[in-house]
Amino acid sequence: MTDRYLELVNSGLTQKLAKQLGLPRPAVLRRYRPGRPLLDGPALVLGSGPDADTVAALLSSPAGGAAPTGDAPAFFDGWDVEVHRHATPDVRYAAVVLVLTGVEHPDDLAGPVLAAAGALKRLRPGARVVTVSRPALGTDAPAVAAARQGVDGFLRSLAKELRGGSTGNGVVVAEGVPVTAPSVVAALRFFLSTRSAFVDGQLLEVDSDAGELPEDWERPLVGKVAVVTGAARGIGAAIADVLARDGATVVAVDVPAAGEQLAQVANRVRGTALQLDVTAPDAGERVLEHAKARHGRLDVVVHNAGITRDKLLANMGDDRWASVLAVNTASQLRINEALLTSGDFVDAPRIVSLASTSGIAGNRGQTNYAASKGGVIGMVRATAPLLVPFGGTANAVAPGFIETEMTARIPAVTRQVARRLNSLQQGGQPVDVAEAIAFLASPAAGGIVGRTLRVCGQNLVGR
Amino acid sequence: MATRTPSSPTTPSGQPRAAYVLGGNRIPFARAGGRYAQASNQDMLTAALDGLVARYGLQGETIGEVAAGAVLKHSRDFNLTREAVLGSALAPTTPAYDVQQACATGLETVVSLSHKIRLGQLESAVAGGVDTTSDAPIAVSDRLRRVLLDVSHAKTPQQRLTALARLRPKDLAPATPRTSEPRTGLSMGEHQALTTAQWGITREAQDEVALRSHQRLAAAYDAGFFDDLVTPYRGLTRDANLRADTSLEKLATLRPTFGLGLDTPATMTAGNSTPLTDGASTVLLGSADWAAAHDLTPLAAVVDAQAGAVDFVHGVDGLLMAPVFAVPRLLARHGLRLADLDYVEIHEAFASTLLTTLAAWESEDFGRERLGLDGAFGTVDPARLNVHGSSLAAGHPFAATGGRIVATIAKELHTRRAAQVAAGDDSPVRALVSICAAGGLGLTALLEAA
Repeated sequence: MTDRYLELVNSGLTQKLAKQLGLPRPAVLRRYRPGRPLLDGPALVLGSGPDADTVAALLSSPAGGAAPTGDAPAFFDGWDVEVHRHATPDVRYAAVVLVLTGVEHPDDLAGPVLAAAGALKRLRPGARVVTVSRPALGTDAPAVAAARQGVDGFLRSLAKELRGGSTGNGVVVAEGVPVTAPSVVAALRFFLSTRSAFVDGQLLEVDSDAGELPEDWERPLVGKVAVVTGAARGIGAAIADVLARDGATVVAVDVPAAGEQLAQVANRVRGTALQLDVTAPDAGERVLEHAKARHGRLDVVVHNAGITRDKLLANMGDDRWASVLAVNTASQLRINEALLTSGDFVDAPRIVSLASTSGIAGNRGQTNYAASKGGVIGMVRATAPLLVPFGGTANAVAPGFIETEMTARIPAVTRQVARRLNSLQQGGQPVDVAEAIAFLASPAAGGIVGRTLRVCGQNLVGR
Repeated sequence: MATRTPSSPTTPSGQPRAAYVLGGNRIPFARAGGRYAQASNQDMLTAALDGLVARYGLQGETIGEVAAGAVLKHSRDFNLTREAVLGSALAPTTPAYDVQQACATGLETVVSLSHKIRLGQLESAVAGGVDTTSDAPIAVSDRLRRVLLDVSHAKTPQQRLTALARLRPKDLAPATPRTSEPRTGLSMGEHQALTTAQWGITREAQDEVALRSHQRLAAAYDAGFFDDLVTPYRGLTRDANLRADTSLEKLATLRPTFGLGLDTPATMTAGNSTPLTDGASTVLLGSADWAAAHDLTPLAAVVDAQAGAVDFVHGVDGLLMAPVFAVPRLLARHGLRLADLDYVEIHEAFASTLLTTLAAWESEDFGRERLGLDGAFGTVDPARLNVHGSSLAAGHPFAATGGRIVATIAKELHTRRAAQVAAGDDSPVRALVSICAAGGLGLTALLEAA
């Protein structure tokens, strides 16, 4: 499904017209292509203290090994980005990183934030603003908690001001976890890269220092076997493509009726096709058996299969309610339980589940869908701790408005409006959801425990 | 490409090593003029092959050899199987060839490729078959063909005009494929009607065979048995000919279509005969080593095969009775009787074909006079016969039936043996596959669970 409005206001005569009339002009987003550099310009790293120095060193150190000199922190495998510690006039930054882990009073925010302010007018298109901070807990001193939560409000508002496809997101690092922890580093990289093109206004918590950095950032899933349900088309097919691109061996699963497209997906990603209904009582056992028999192991399960049966609750029939809960939530619970009790899902396993902004903010006509997706969010929150002893975790991705067959069925005018109700003023693409899934499925994400990451372009509703 | 030391083709006992069925994939079969009316043989065979590749992760793999065939074939499809391989996700370095033995084509590809594996010439192979009656080849008449050839060879305009002047209007009528035997002028249905009368097969018995076929096929689909044997195609997820809700009452209402000119009552109808169908099937074969290296489970070994032929033109035997003679020779080589077989798959060209075959085996006289035995050859327990339905329900794209039967029964053999072994019973589990074919041909094979 293409966004004709976005195309029109970005090309030719209609572009001039849209500018003159002051019509909203959503930017064309740049998406990830392997082989391109992380950023297409310099990064501004703001903040004082050791954490800011560490982040600056991580970004600026050359890739592949330079020995540390003196006391300055350095990395053997940095990201080779040109880093400025002070905003330089006339420089167009591709990224602004605000390291605010050390703030102890709301007054501490002024320095870095106002330093960033100057650079905002000159950001490149598709620039990235990323904050790194600590969570505000009830056990913190009041001033500290005020400062920390202030970062949250600041980032969400700034994201609503950014233009030209630029995004703002934050990494919230739990107390006691260093900023060098694999999941912090990986989250920072994810938010800086074009993989997070449709993630905006989100703060992702990192709970522990578990996880392993990849040898190659472009192939973080090498050697991993991943099962993707609902893989025959739409977001599921995009997930299969992205996981395979990142190096995984993919088992594509879908109902037998979708077998023709499923075979095409499996052949495209050089994996295997498993025709199976996820609501079958033995689905978990069969998925595990296939992965072990064909590929020797199972590392990642992506629960993507899902249905909608929209109806106002007043008119909802029993089957409409039950079927949505059965496919979207109950089947995932059953499969997870089979995997957890098998004894074969114990080598840094990953579960990533598809939730939805509907499950967070609610949506008219979707009481069943939202119940099921809220269920997914609760499920990963409680399942992740069960996987932590094995170096594993479970997380969810909550897509907002994504251009798929599902959203193509929304009446045209409603659809045009729905597309514009986010800071990026457009619908996302299936690949945007897939990139977030791939990130949470990667070995580096082991320290993110039971969280839900929205891929919604900073949708107006909910958090 | 790295060289591999080929495993020795003989086992310690001196026998050639085993060739195993490792899996199979077919597309659902469509009725002629139905969902696959616009699909060519190449389209369907490629789809069946790609579904097999997807199921077993064989993208980019160089398979030892792929052999398949089609009975109704366009002359442009001379390299049909190779073209299907080139259009699939297999490596383009995979060799291929075409085979034709009428309805036995699919089984013949399995048998001959299994020999190459057993001899050590191949480590892996894919056998297949496809047929479409919707996209039938149409040729020009012979007189028109000769005139056109003369025109193309002519050197002067005068010669061309002379050649063209030989044409008469009736020469322009196209030549559609014949459905009758060239030497008798009778269609296969009419031939079988003669055999039905010869053996006195009743209408009721034929309708019961048809009913069982539909019921068993439907039950297998409902149980998910075909979830790893069938990949949907062009919107079809099940064989279009399947009538899960058919009944003896419904079958009894159909009017007979064959044998109408005979003295005996006509008993063969559209319900107890296979319809014209389109579809394709493939079977993955390999050595034990190749299977292990690819994390695949051998399902059944292709143990032996026996072809046969009857003189249906001048002799007394029916067109489709060749397997009647081939099976006893096949089983005798292994010291087996019909009762030693756990499964018997007899292609249901017509319900009466199955019944005349069984009648011949059950007949004392026939056993003594024609098979050279002391008495009747034996009986087949209906509970072991076509256990998941067969051609009457699924349909019969001629060259695709062999692959359908072999893949289905190989999976069943494997499942049954696994259950037996779990219960402490280590005895062999065996299946007979029997397929009759046009021209009085027949091909039979013996499979054993791996």
